[in-house]
Amino acid sequence: MIPVIPKLPLAHGIDVALDWLTAHISFVTKAFSHFISILIDGLVHGLLWLPPWLLIAAVALLAWRAAGWRVALGSLLGLLLLWNLRLWPATVETFTLVLISTLIAVAIGLPLGILAALSTRASRVVMPVLDFMQTMPAFVYLIPAIPFFGLGAVSASVATVIFATPPTIRLTALGIRQVPKDLIEAADAFGSTRRQKLFKVQLPMAVPTLMAGVNQTIMLSLSMVVIAAMIGAGGLGGVVWRAIQRLEPGKGFEAGIAIVILAMILDRITQRIGRSPSAKTAK
Amino acid sequence: MQKIKVEHLTKVFGPHPEQALRLLDAGRDNAHIRKTGHAVGIADVSFDVGEGELLVIMGLSGSGKSTLLRCLNLLNVPSRGSIFVDGEDVTRYDRERLLDFRRRKISMVFQHFALFPHRSVADNAAYGLEVQDVAPDERRARAVEALELVGLKGWEDARPDQLSGGMQQRVGLARALAVKSDILLMDEAFSALDPLIRRDMQQELASLQRRMRKTIVFITHDLDEALQIGDRIVLMKDGRVVQIGTPEEILNRPADAYVERFVENVDMSRVLTARSVMGRAREVAHPQDGPRTVLRKMTEGSDTSMLVVERDHTLVGAVTLDALDAAVREGRQNIAGLILRDAPSLDPDTPLADIINLMAGWPYRLPVVDERRRLLGVVTRPRVINALAQSRTDAPAEPAERSANA
Ligand SMILES: Nc1ncnc2c1ncn2[C@@H]1O[C@H](COP(=O)(O)OP(=O)(O)OP(=O)(O)O)[C@@H](O)[C@H]1O
Ligand SMILES: [Mg+2]
Repeated sequence: MIPVIPKLPLAHGIDVALDWLTAHISFVTKAFSHFISILIDGLVHGLLWLPPWLLIAAVALLAWRAAGWRVALGSLLGLLLLWNLRLWPATVETFTLVLISTLIAVAIGLPLGILAALSTRASRVVMPVLDFMQTMPAFVYLIPAIPFFGLGAVSASVATVIFATPPTIRLTALGIRQVPKDLIEAADAFGSTRRQKLFKVQLPMAVPTLMAGVNQTIMLSLSMVVIAAMIGAGGLGGVVWRAIQRLEPGKGFEAGIAIVILAMILDRITQRIGRSPSAKTAK
Repeated sequence: MQKIKVEHLTKVFGPHPEQALRLLDAGRDNAHIRKTGHAVGIADVSFDVGEGELLVIMGLSGSGKSTLLRCLNLLNVPSRGSIFVDGEDVTRYDRERLLDFRRRKISMVFQHFALFPHRSVADNAAYGLEVQDVAPDERRARAVEALELVGLKGWEDARPDQLSGGMQQRVGLARALAVKSDILLMDEAFSALDPLIRRDMQQELASLQRRMRKTIVFITHDLDEALQIGDRIVLMKDGRVVQIGTPEEILNRPADAYVERFVENVDMSRVLTARSVMGRAREVAHPQDGPRTVLRKMTEGSDTSMLVVERDHTLVGAVTLDALDAAVREGRQNIAGLILRDAPSLDPDTPLADIINLMAGWPYRLPVVDERRRLLGVVTRPRVINALAQSRTDAPAEPAERSANA
């Protein structure tokens, strides 16, 4: 006979905890939310105020400088298509969300990655938390985000940051730990302080790996920003979401293709930025 | 004068060094201690290094050479013992003083170069100055100067990976020289280079050493290299010092079978020098001597030539038996006209191999002179052959085990 063990009240416990947090700290998170939403709105308006062709030209130029003429040409054509499909405002909105989320994710992830690389104790705490953050299905973060940050873009970017930060942390830590031991020793032998060692040797040498992490963070942000349309984030995800609700497959695909184009441009450009300088001069 | 003095230095690796030290004190051997999860890096090592001396540390793989060297700049923290540099015990330094010690007094050259791949050659060479917060202009100037010293002028803006191995190690050397430290630590600095480049680098190091009078501690497991560049050699085995001495002492009086095995396969003609094979010039001629006098001296010595020196022993040249015979027949008063003034002469450090080469084109005895051309001794064929034969028969019978350090 198997004794019947009553179900543990895990869900209830989490709800209670979240309610308590909402009641007591939501004034802080609401203030933060206010600040971020001003930032997002300002940026979106600013970018939309510029004529689309100017932005498109600027992106193509950046792509050419960072990744060569192929990527530049692809970006140019892709963005012109988006403009033509009347998806320009939605694209700008999505891009802004990705940009803000990525900046926050990197601002959090870089120091945490450095910490995890330099201290085994920190790494022992951080790594399991990262596993948790990454394996938890992405939309679960959306639910509690709303009471803290309200419906809309800010909740979306908070959930996005939680979802997209781990690769930056992980690969920053990996990049630093990968620096060959004899280079660390050389730095020590010449009397470097810990700070000098970090900024003159470890971080510069970790840049390619670290940028691969940032690249992944950007890609994850983009995928999350689309999901976040469910809580009113707008942008291209919003277009998809409306198409689903109204059963308009054509419209849905248009927006889907727009997301793919945006993803490819962001990916190709950021991939190249992290390459080592010698690889750049070689070509 | 002493620059570095190492006293009873011990380094054990592992989770509980005290425990391993107790076992060492109880006289347990390294194998026993290894079973407890510890490793003996070096045990009770003492030696000193004179100012401006080039000391070579030698031994088989795992004998503790690197551990010892890395203790000297405290990359390894010794488990016990002291290291005095200029009279100060550096093992007692706090963080600040340790940084300062590493920045100004001691620098290191690594076996695999350990250059920073993201920095240009000049920025690599300037690294030590950069951590000292030297102003950028001065930093650059001193880096360029150091690069020039190692023959890399014009490569300042290259990346390390654009350079050959030999050039990369020159950058490593320049990085160490740029900080103008008194002491240079070199851990198998030339081992990764191919033999020809290696010989170049050895010669360059020797010439740098003559100009700058650095105190150098140099690790190698190549005896030929050790003999080539070392003023003295420390031979290590299982973390302990087996013998300390000049190259000649090590070769001629190996302390035990381990050292003997080490030296047995040395190419003696590279190791032995004019100094070690020369004999005293018992009979010499003077320019104002008559040919008959010289001939009489010669028959006593039963030889085919005679060295001619001034009264103060400055070498003038040589006269041959044939020339003397002719001079007697012609009735000359003195030998001044017969002297071969461009006869070859040797430096005391000329290796035997070069002497053998010289002898192929000069059938007479060879004078050894000091830098002011004063006669120190003579090298004759029988002496050379003897020296080579001696070094062969001295070597122990079984030729095994040397491959272990190749
Ligand atoms: N960081 C370390 N941790 C544990 N054991 C070590 C460490 N460094 C060295 N040892 C041990 O100390 C002993 C001496 O090693 P060391 O590297 O000094 O030898 P070596 O003479 O430099 O050899 P090689 O010629 O191979 O460079 C070896 O038994 C090695 O296993
Ligand atoms: Mg070693």
